[in-house]
Amino acid sequence: MKATLPTVEEVKRLLDAVVDPEIPVMTIADMGILRDVTVSDTGAVTVGMTPTYSGCPALTVIEEDIVAELKGAGIEDVTVEVRHFPAWTTEWLTPEGKKKLAGFGIAPPDSVLAIVPEVLCPQCSSSGTAKVSEFGSTACKSLWVCTSCGEPFDYFKAI
Amino acid sequence: MTDGANAALVEVLLRHADDNTILGQRLGEYISSAPELEEDLAIANGALDHIGVAMHLYEYAAEIAGGDASVDGYSMRRNEREFTNALIVEQPNTDFAHIVARSFLFGVYQKLLWEQLSRSSDERLAGIAARALKEATYHVTHARRWVVRLGDGTPESHARMQTAIDEMWRFTSELFEQPDIDSVLIESGVVFDITRERAKWDAAVDDALEEATLVRPEDPYQATGGRLGRHTEHLGHLLAEMQWLQRTYPGASW
Repeated sequence: MKATLPTVEEVKRLLDAVVDPEIPVMTIADMGILRDVTVSDTGAVTVGMTPTYSGCPALTVIEEDIVAELKGAGIEDVTVEVRHFPAWTTEWLTPEGKKKLAGFGIAPPDSVLAIVPEVLCPQCSSSGTAKVSEFGSTACKSLWVCTSCGEPFDYFKAI
Repeated sequence: MTDGANAALVEVLLRHADDNTILGQRLGEYISSAPELEEDLAIANGALDHIGVAMHLYEYAAEIAGGDASVDGYSMRRNEREFTNALIVEQPNTDFAHIVARSFLFGVYQKLLWEQLSRSSDERLAGIAARALKEATYHVTHARRWVVRLGDGTPESHARMQTAIDEMWRFTSELFEQPDIDSVLIESGVVFDITRERAKWDAAVDDALEEATLVRPEDPYQATGGRLGRHTEHLGHLLAEMQWLQRTYPGASW
């Protein structure tokens, strides 16, 4: 038991260690799914998060990871609240998060308003890319190929 | 909310959750049998979306209903007559054209439904619907593409696509039925009159059928009963397979 109550900033710093299990370079803050953190007078921590896709299997793992991370730092009273409203959008990805995605080999999402998304090859940065399949290895990605370097890659769908 | 409104909301949530559970299970059955690997991925993605939506709706219903209501209880330990899914989602896969026809005809309806519910005065329902709407848009775009590709394809693919549309057609009017219990929720803006969306459904479906050189079926017969728990013979078989683990080991968990 810690003698002093954790601050919201401390909790958020701890949560920077919680990553998306399917894209482990992205923290939950980078993904834009960490909505809010509150600390009550008694030290009870509530973490609000918003699911990405309805069936995303990472959701449960992330909830467990949040609790485990905070308990590891001595914060025992942790509640994860799922916030369904408003619905998550890729507009909530941080600029830093988008850079990490590209570095990881996944083309980051264009604006949801783009009628034809600009998808750059994460290997050679060419804009000569083509969609292979609307649906990829996870709900959030589609399958693309670069026509310049020939590499297949995932594109993080803009929704 | 009043007890009556709460009871109505639970019914609405279960109805749409059941649609998604059963369609998710049906699509899941087909994974590894699709004509190409990308299609297996697409079907698996769609199934996952549907099961995810169902889970969030069951969760909400269980919280309102209280007691020992739970996601697993609703999905894995209710009987056939307690499921209120529409008949179309329980229809067998038969062949790939039937999967496409079912996903398209139901998908166009579901997209209209989520559009409505994303404006619900109930924030949690609105949020679940808004996310589902983004997913449904992908499902419909994908299914429509196949309707056109198969319909306007070879004589063989055209004939099979037409047969599939003909056989699924009798289960489409049911989607636009509005159970009486909904009226209390319509008054408070939680749900909306789905019958008003029928014209949009007709327009979207006709547009795709025309592009696919398919004919809109003329058979006026329409089946109904799913929303009251009266199902075709297929649901029982589906549930027997889907529920066997929880029936054999009640309450089993990871």
